Amino acid sequence: MSAPGDRAQDLAAAVAEAAARGTPLRIIGSGSKASLTDAAYDHGAAPFRWLSVADHRGIIDYQPEELVVTARAGTPLGELEALLASRGQLLPFEPPRLRGAGTLGGAVAAGLAGPARSWRGAVRDSVLGVELANGRGERLRFGGQVMKNVAGYDVSRLQVGAFGTLGLLLSISVRLLPRPEAEQTRVFELTASEALGRCRDWARQPLPLSGTCHHAGRLFVRLSGASAAVTAAAARLGGEAHADEGFWPALRDHRHPFFEATGEVLWRAVVPPAAPVTNAAALIGWGGAERWHWRPPGDTSAAAEAAAAGGHARPFDGGFGYRDGPHLPEPERRLGARLRDAFDPERILNRNLGEAPEQDHAD
Amino acid sequence: MISPHVETLLRAALPASAIIAEPLGRKVFESDGLTALREVPGLVVLPEDEAQVLTVLRICREHGVPVVPRGAGTGLSGGARPLADGVLLGLSRMARILEVDLDNAVARVQPGVRNLAISEAVAGHGLYYAPDPSSQIACSIGGNVAENSGGVHCLKYGLTLHNVLGVRLITIDGDVLELGGKGPESAGYDLLALTMGSEGMLGVVTEVTVRLLPVPPEKRLLLAGFAAVDAACDAVGAIIAAGIVPAGLEMMDRLAIEAAEAFVHAGYPLDARAILLCELDGVTDEVEADLARVRAILDGHGATSMRVAESAADQAALWLGRKAAFPAVGRLSPDYYCMDGTIPRARLAEVLTQISRLSESFGLAVANVFHAGDGNLHPLILYDANVPGEQARAEAFGGRILELCVAAGGTVTGEHGVGAEKLDQMCAQFPAPELEQMHRLKAAFDPTGLMNPGKAVPTLTRCAEVGGMHVHGGRLPFPHLPRF
Repeated sequence: MSAPGDRAQDLAAAVAEAAARGTPLRIIGSGSKASLTDAAYDHGAAPFRWLSVADHRGIIDYQPEELVVTARAGTPLGELEALLASRGQLLPFEPPRLRGAGTLGGAVAAGLAGPARSWRGAVRDSVLGVELANGRGERLRFGGQVMKNVAGYDVSRLQVGAFGTLGLLLSISVRLLPRPEAEQTRVFELTASEALGRCRDWARQPLPLSGTCHHAGRLFVRLSGASAAVTAAAARLGGEAHADEGFWPALRDHRHPFFEATGEVLWRAVVPPAAPVTNAAALIGWGGAERWHWRPPGDTSAAAEAAAAGGHARPFDGGFGYRDGPHLPEPERRLGARLRDAFDPERILNRNLGEAPEQDHAD
Repeated sequence: MISPHVETLLRAALPASAIIAEPLGRKVFESDGLTALREVPGLVVLPEDEAQVLTVLRICREHGVPVVPRGAGTGLSGGARPLADGVLLGLSRMARILEVDLDNAVARVQPGVRNLAISEAVAGHGLYYAPDPSSQIACSIGGNVAENSGGVHCLKYGLTLHNVLGVRLITIDGDVLELGGKGPESAGYDLLALTMGSEGMLGVVTEVTVRLLPVPPEKRLLLAGFAAVDAACDAVGAIIAAGIVPAGLEMMDRLAIEAAEAFVHAGYPLDARAILLCELDGVTDEVEADLARVRAILDGHGATSMRVAESAADQAALWLGRKAAFPAVGRLSPDYYCMDGTIPRARLAEVLTQISRLSESFGLAVANVFHAGDGNLHPLILYDANVPGEQARAEAFGGRILELCVAAGGTVTGEHGVGAEKLDQMCAQFPAPELEQMHRLKAAFDPTGLMNPGKAVPTLTRCAEVGGMHVHGGRLPFPHLPRF
């Protein structure tokens, strides 16, 4: 008898059945990030069936003194983070809640981290283990609930950012952090280049940083930690205090005015933090490493700029397929296709995502 | 043996100094740090650059010769144990620091660069490379990537995984994969994360980009003694539950305390059943505040003695006892096995009690020295290989310990790797479908199975044969190196 909210057996069976019939599945949780992959289904998509993970939800195990939580993939982020907050803990990677929603599985599958990324780590840095269903519908467990674990390949972290194409995530164990005792935001009037210079200098100093955001001539800096340390750092950095505590969650969830639709295409670039400024209108986070640009349709200059700086960029709503962005180098593309064969030989899981299917796989 | 034809091809393509063929020269490479498992390699090749690595892999691929990559050879699980019919590919001569990029706070280094050499190279800028495995004065960064190495400070600063931003990975097919870089993430699948801890099974790493962190301005080290192991374990849980993340949180039990004290006179309390070493680092205000909280927690959990190191020299002395604990225990006994299981912190007291009971029933002493903060146990089983039957008993005992770890929701290896040593234990941790999935994953990188064959993931046949748990232990090599 399954626990309430445990639909793992049904989900794995649905994948096995789809594999037997050769019918691709499109995986969905809360739907908050559907726009990230809609583009892949725009033109001539092969018939597919939706597979919703939303009902597969709930906490499987949470022991605050272990700093680890294990939850089903469909668990809403809001619910999970409220529970953690009630015990003075948080998800280190601050997943965006686009459209105010999102599930744990979706956050891990998309691999998107929030403003604290450069200090508290990426999504994959906090993933300790997963249970997944591969493209044959087999339920498999990798990793576990402990920090240190080098038994076998790190299949659980490979799932992060794979958008479900290497496995349907069923449950995930995540490392947690204590909530900081104090938090403060400072604001500086600076150009983008000046802001990057400050961020570069701060990265070489022991400071309790947990977020930076530069846009429109202002640099916002978040300090988190023990009260005394935050107060001392604020005095040392200077700037003005910023009282709006909603600034960082709004930035995380793309409710910041910068993200309002413009009719142009939103590009996300990840570059070495000290990469030169190429766009004075960009929004720059992560101490310089994450840069958001609006560009006219058809303008792919953000990709070239990021590549020149040693990073990469693609449209945020690009369908996880590089259709509108740069292709992966050939060896990585080929290896990615082979990995997909290893996990999902029939391409049942989100077939349209990833590299163009006609390149990977003869349908 | 390597066929004369393949050797001729390698000699024609590489400088003479890059090839070691004479038997005595090859014998030097017969094992890594796990000296119990040894095999003289068919040929040793020590390339000087990536082009030579590509050449070696091409020739081996074309002639079906297996390749075993090796870093500094300090690994503890036989991950670099050679093959008599294979090439041992040593990366020790690719040991240059290619670039220190202060603007991005990263260093780009070749795989043979020693772990500690990175921190030494950037110390003048107030920076360091955080992961500090036991063997950091000798082990190489390429080997750290292969094992996803940790160290005493990974509770706060993470493993190799969390501190490497990019690698160049060469597959047996000759593909050069640039994974990650100076930026924090790359496009496509996270092959960088997959490379971490992959034990040389997927390819050869020829370059590593590491993240550099500012050296913390304040470090405080606290030593606490306890009258019972349980109380010390509970104190560990309480510190973490209080929202404090120490830089290091280590525990030693009575036998380990006595051994360390007799060896290096660190000043440990000899009347204690267990000691905790708790290091706090960061900015001064935060460290002082946390130190006061930790002291209160330890008091509340019945610490019988407490001492904060008064100086850097005092800190070094207290750490020395911990770092020298393995060789110190080695003085008590002709032989010992070092285990490496990890368990959830909350199960520490329970599992240690069970280990202590097993110790009585097997009639073998065990010393516990371990990373309490992240539940990574290193029980050292004392035995004498010259006493008939003792080695087999020690192996059986070790196997039971790893079974306990798996049963407690943990893993058979926290940081030493599976290598050639823990293949049988993998059978206990993973059911067949998971193992098959891992084999398919490897085949995606290495279709012909020439990269470090037979390591890390057991065949299903092997698992069927062992049936249950059976442990090959290992004697600790390099006794002069400090061990965590």
